[in-house]
Parts: sequence; structure tokens; C-alpha cells
Amino acid sequence: MRYTQENARILAIDECAPGIYNCTLSAPRIAASASVGQFVGVLCEGYTLRRPISLCGFDASLGILRLVFEVRGKGTAWMAKRQAGESFDLIGPLGHGFPLLDPSKKAVLVGGGIGTPPLLPLAQHYGENAVVIPGFRCGTSAILTDDFTAAGAQVILCTDDGSAGFHGFTTQALQTWLDAHTCDVIYTCGPKMMMKGTAELAAARGIDCYVSMEERMGCGVGACLGCACMTQDEDGADHMVRVCLNGPVFDGKEVVWG
Amino acid sequence: MSDLRVNIAGVELKNPVIAASGTFGYGMEYNEFYPVSLLGGISCKGTTLLERKGNPPSRIAETPSGMLNSVGLQNPGVDQFLSTYLPWLLQQDTVVIANMAGSTLEDYCAMAEKLDGSAVHMVELNISCPNVKEGGASFGTSCHSVEQVTAEVRRRCRKPLIVKLTPNVTSIGDIAQAAQDAGADALSLINTLTGMRIDLRTRRPILHNNTGGLSGPAVFPVAVRMVREVYKRVKIPLIGIGGISAWEDAAEMMMAGASAVQVGTANFHDPMAMPKIIEGLDRFADQNRIGSIAELTGTVREW
Repeated sequence: MRYTQENARILAIDECAPGIYNCTLSAPRIAASASVGQFVGVLCEGYTLRRPISLCGFDASLGILRLVFEVRGKGTAWMAKRQAGESFDLIGPLGHGFPLLDPSKKAVLVGGGIGTPPLLPLAQHYGENAVVIPGFRCGTSAILTDDFTAAGAQVILCTDDGSAGFHGFTTQALQTWLDAHTCDVIYTCGPKMMMKGTAELAAARGIDCYVSMEERMGCGVGACLGCACMTQDEDGADHMVRVCLNGPVFDGKEVVWG
Repeated sequence: MSDLRVNIAGVELKNPVIAASGTFGYGMEYNEFYPVSLLGGISCKGTTLLERKGNPPSRIAETPSGMLNSVGLQNPGVDQFLSTYLPWLLQQDTVVIANMAGSTLEDYCAMAEKLDGSAVHMVELNISCPNVKEGGASFGTSCHSVEQVTAEVRRRCRKPLIVKLTPNVTSIGDIAQAAQDAGADALSLINTLTGMRIDLRTRRPILHNNTGGLSGPAVFPVAVRMVREVYKRVKIPLIGIGGISAWEDAAEMMMAGASAVQVGTANFHDPMAMPKIIEGLDRFADQNRIGSIAELTGTVREW
């Protein structure tokens, strides 16, 4: 059985930036088989569909998961109101995550807003060989910068309004960085336009790039075909693939951005 | 232990709980939560004659107590269904129902012949698709076209034939009668109700297809009423579908007239929904000294 349904006790939950919540859970069975870039389906009481939330962290030996999520609608608002001691009904670990190279390789991680959390385990894997370029609307909405620094990564913070770090988009900062440095792999998660730009910069330099896609999901396990993404294979043939099962992580070269 | 077995058109199911088409793929994904051999049957993802890529995203929108979908029948085509997925399904010790859909009468006929020569246990005919040669109205919305497509498939396919009815009609009883008269062995109902949601910020429909099919607990009372109406009208067995999410819903649907049920959207909410429904029905039958669950069918005492 690849999937587990687990009642995960909330160990701690706090609002780490306006509308963004940081939550640690006891979920030993899911934590035991999780890998970087996977996600869980969170049941929200009173709502039909589970919310797909990426893993910001997991520790098989301690049996814990870390989720960092943004209140986007009623389901995530329900999640944000939970308190330590209550539980989330989770299914997971879901999807196929990020391929990992040897930690001695140089990796660049490009994150946008709430797309940043699944990049943290990558920073922990590559340590000092990771450069993180996270982008946010403003300085107060920036999250996880201390965690990335603690992992040993170099952080190039970007904000849309210039209230902290580089004033501009992550793709601009990435381009500047790539003009002066090189790396073995680029990972990205965030708004579609940002990932498209990142994948194009990587492709132009012949660097492998992995993108983590987001889509409205039904079942979360590949049965309903609700979360489709168009990809193109090496022969130029188009395929509709399932974000929840074939992804959420895809090779940036395969995705048809539309 | 009560007897949970039911018989639909000569096919024995170990219990009356079937996975609904389009919500369960070919069973492989949910088999990673529990052995799908627990189920009475699996109605496979709707199959068309040729591969279909389906609609562009978004294909899903949540609604109060339910959801809309417009997947657009994405599937690999009947040949790949038979060669790649059916062999695995046949090893799972559950009744395998092939669900077929088409956009022309010729499509349905060609598929009926292919399924007739296969090892599937039953065939479910999805008639909620647009008939492209007749202006795009769904096959399932007029008695004439229901009769025509059912009769043509019947002529080419000796498998037990279930016709799946759309609720988007004026008189579901008339449609059910037409399907029975044309040779259906059983009916399943209801397919989804057509709906729409709009994003206030972008003023665009949430679904790229603009409209989609409503499913989930929101449609359950409509489905119970339609099953009751059809039960009074036809003699062939009925499979109740629409918003069943707990054993109580399954029992209610059976009392309305269903011999078995299909469960769809509930699987997304709780992947263990169907095993829980089966356990619940077993307990209910035991506690109420119901020797065979089949005794429930049609037993509502209407005022």
C-alpha cells in the first residue's frame, strides 16, 4: 500500500506571516515514506475536496511533518483556526517529488510566495551548495528566510515592492546570478509565469530544471483526472498528465506552458 | 454475518457497493489504500473508441456539499483499455463494468462489438454525451435517441447491459422506459447535473469548459427521488448513484428502489468511503435481522 490515511495530531500551529500558517504535525506513517517535493491531502471539515499542501519538512525518525500553508479560501481558513492538540485527517505521501543530485552539486531554488515551502528540504539537502531566490509581495509577507539560512544556503530575497531585498522578480535575480555563476540544477515552485520564466532561463543555458505545478485537484491520487497538465515528449507529442500522480514535479522542458 | 450479495442482470456482486465511473480510474490508485477486491464492482473510467485528451484545466470546482467536473472523457481509448487495464482488473476478484461513451451512433456500435468480444463482466452505456451529428444534444435527453442507441448496442453486445441515465431531462421515467423497451438489462442513475461557477475577480467560469457536472451530497436527494420514480416505472434492476457518502445513504437509496449503488465523489473526501459503507451495511443488516441485503430494495413505505 503506497498511501496512508492518518489522523495527524497538531503539535504546534502559528501565523508566521499575515495569512500564512506554520504547522507541525505528528504523522509517523506518512513521515516514514515521504520524499522531497511530495504533498498531503488535508480534509477540511464541511468541505468535499481535500486541500493539497506540500511538505515543507518531514522527519521519519521523529515521525513529524511540517506544513506551511496560506489561507486562500474557506477550506484553508478552517485549517488556520485549528489549534495544537487537534488533528488533521491526512492522506499521503502523494505525488512524485524532486529528483535529488549528490549534495556536492550546486543547486538554485527559485520560489514564489506560498510556492517556497517545498523548496526548504532541497536547501537542507544541498546545504552550502544551495542558492535560494525566494520572492514575495513585500518584506512582511516573506517566509522561511531564516530556515533557508539555517540550512546553510545563500538567500537572495526578492520583493515586488522593494520593501526588502532585491526590488523585482525572482526571474530577474536569477538571470543576474546566472550571468556570473553556474549551477548543476534549478528547482522552482510558485506562480506559473515565474516557473515558465525560470524554466526558459535554465533551458537557454542547458541546465536541468524541475518545476512543481499547482492545479485544482479532485482525488489527489490520479484516479479522477481532475488536475491535468499538458506536457510534450521528445518526439513533440502532447500528453495530458496528472499533476497529483505524475507530478507535481515535472522536468521544466516537458511542460507546455500555454 | 448477513448476506450482502446482490444480483444485477444475472451477475452476482459480493456486495452492493460499486465504484462510480470516472472517480476511480481502473482501480489501481485506490488499490494503494485497500484491496479493491473488497468492492462489489468497479465501473471503469468512461472509454471512447479512440483516445481523448480531455478538456484543458481547470476541470474541477468545489461547490457547497459537492463539486463540478469537466474532465471531458480523457481516456486512452477502448483498445488500450482492453490490452493494458482490463487484464489487471480481471485479477482483482471484483465485478468489472466497462463504461462506454461516444459522440456518434457509429462510435457506440463499434465499441459495443469490441466489448462483446472482451472479458468484461458487464457494460455500462453512458448516454449523457453530446450527439455531434444531431446538433450536440445529449443522447440521453430524448426517448427516441435513448431507444436508438440502446437498441443498436444491444444488437451488438451480449454482455449484461446497464444504461446510465442523465438527470438533465424532463421525465426520467419516460427515458427509463425507453431504455428498458430497447433491451437494457439494468439502469444506473443518476449521472451528474449540469452546473456552473464563476470567479468574481476574473468574471470567468472556474471551469475552462464553462459548465460541468455536479456531484456529491448536494445531488443525493435528487438521485433518491429519481431512483424512486424509475423504480415504479420499470421492471429491470436499478443501480443508485448520486452523492452517496455513508452507509445510511446507500441503505436509503436501496429502500428507494436500487438493487446496488455506485459511490464516486465520496472517495475523494475519504478514500476509505466504500469499505466503510460496506461495513456499515453489514452492521445495519445484522442489527435489524435482515437476512439478505437485497430485501431492502424498494421497501420505502410512501405516504
